[in-house]
Amino acid sequence: MEKIVLPDIENFHELDVYKKHGGYEAIRKALAQTPDEVIDTVKKSGLRGRGGAAFSTGLKWSFMPKTTDKPKYLCVNGDESEPGSFKDRQIFEYNPHQLIEGILIAAYAIGSNNAYVYIRGEYHKWIRLLQKALDDAYAEGLVGEAMKKTYGTNFHVDIFIHKGAGAYICGEESALMESIEGKRGYPRVKPPFPAQNGLWGCPTTINNIETLTNVPAIINKGWEWFAAIGAERHPGTILYGVSGHVNKPGVYELPTGTLLTDIIYNYAGGVPGDKKIKCIIPGGSSMPPLRGDSIEGLRMDAESLKAAGSSIGTAGIMVMDEDTDLVKVLARITRFYYIESCGQCTPCREGTGWMKKILDRMVAGKARSSDIDLVVNVASNIDGNTICALGEAAAWPVMYMIERFRDEFEAVMDNTYVPPIKNKVHSMRQTKITVDRY
Amino acid sequence: MEFKFTEENLEKINRVFAKYPTKKAALMAVLYIAQEQNRYISHEVMQEVAKLLEITEEEVIGVVSFYTMYHTHQPGKYHLQVCTNVSCMLRGAYDIWNAIKEKTGLEDGQTSEDGLFSIEEVECMGSCGTAPMMLVNEDYIENLTKEKALELIDSLK
Repeated sequence: MEKIVLPDIENFHELDVYKKHGGYEAIRKALAQTPDEVIDTVKKSGLRGRGGAAFSTGLKWSFMPKTTDKPKYLCVNGDESEPGSFKDRQIFEYNPHQLIEGILIAAYAIGSNNAYVYIRGEYHKWIRLLQKALDDAYAEGLVGEAMKKTYGTNFHVDIFIHKGAGAYICGEESALMESIEGKRGYPRVKPPFPAQNGLWGCPTTINNIETLTNVPAIINKGWEWFAAIGAERHPGTILYGVSGHVNKPGVYELPTGTLLTDIIYNYAGGVPGDKKIKCIIPGGSSMPPLRGDSIEGLRMDAESLKAAGSSIGTAGIMVMDEDTDLVKVLARITRFYYIESCGQCTPCREGTGWMKKILDRMVAGKARSSDIDLVVNVASNIDGNTICALGEAAAWPVMYMIERFRDEFEAVMDNTYVPPIKNKVHSMRQTKITVDRY
Repeated sequence: MEFKFTEENLEKINRVFAKYPTKKAALMAVLYIAQEQNRYISHEVMQEVAKLLEITEEEVIGVVSFYTMYHTHQPGKYHLQVCTNVSCMLRGAYDIWNAIKEKTGLEDGQTSEDGLFSIEEVECMGSCGTAPMMLVNEDYIENLTKEKALELIDSLK
């Protein structure tokens, strides 16, 4: 299988090697076309965003207004903070020039002269690696004002790296823009969408690192070639990040629609000690967990996973073997969202804390039998009631983990616990009314 | 304690300004530069940054308190951050975290009296394929074991 994003070529991260293998030819090809033709090619290729929502990339680009007197911006999302997701750092390290070329093409397609690459602050090493590649590209006139001369065009784009500072929420596109503007990462209410009102109120497109790294290959080899790879409605390859209880954790680039069992057993080396899989999260910790006994024949693409009751997300596959304590896992997941909630919307700010409290109680073996329903109730009151998707990200693991593994949670209940009656009025309200009033 | 940027850092800041259409957008980068110079973001640092960026002190405080990578207290010479999120947890991160707490005698967020170590339990660092892991200042130490972590702490003493 041919790899698109992380090809097996030695020193591919170096500019010379990248150019020797046809690097920076796709941008020349794109510049010879109109922006609309480029957008059309990407649309027809079927490329969908790799950051979680799997939205059509070409369609997203086409939302950008054609006539505007405001500057247009491109943001490239390398915040990569989703637990279980560690793919973008491979691109910064092993294929930064293809990413830069993808940014150039995307900027040309939407008509932007400024692109910001947002990278999480902890990625010091990878920021340096991308900056090095960017400096090399600038030095050869492949990026920036010098583009005009190099490619013989009147288009140019500058690429800047914006370093985050440790906030998961900044991976959400509107929080990311707030962060670039030098503010707290508070997600914005949508609409208006970024294509109308984005960075500094100007039209903006936000794409994921992996998504844009695919673009040069599509321009070089044509949309028909790309559309024929992998699953029909979600074509291409994906960087699957496999972690947890597997023998060979790591990032594997495989076509979309690859069997999940194939990824785990043939590529990631199976489960240590040949244990069974109890639970699996297919797309990073925000996505609904699946039962290990339900993954036979399951394919890893957006449609198949949706049908199975989960989502492709960032394709960060977390594997948990039969001896895993799922109550502890869920408590840990909930702690994450409790800490990372930005605090803007009440259901998420308060709800994540309540869920954490209840789940910690379960871990400590002090839970009441009503706690299972209580925590699901809190989760379902967060779901759909917040500005951004962090609410759902916090609620779904709780709702689906308990739905699919209820016996695990019932086993840790302290059934001898009798709640004290502190308030008489409260206790009366609980009393069943036996008199028929009607 | 008064805080002033060095000449060299002021030049750096001017280069940051060139990246953005507003001065305010440079805030996060300027705070990093300040933190590098002063080791942590004190109240005086925030005042100076606000003046330089022509924004209010409140806006600076808002950003400093929102992002976890800005320290409002001086961290240890070696700031140890241990990830305990799911992928690391499944591979024994809590054993490592507890061992580090015991070894240094510190709790989450504390700095040792000699100023050598500070420890922090952190969220996913994007190292799930090489879990468990910890950060020593800026460096990722991956495929960690309890023994390796304790050995590392000894070697830093």
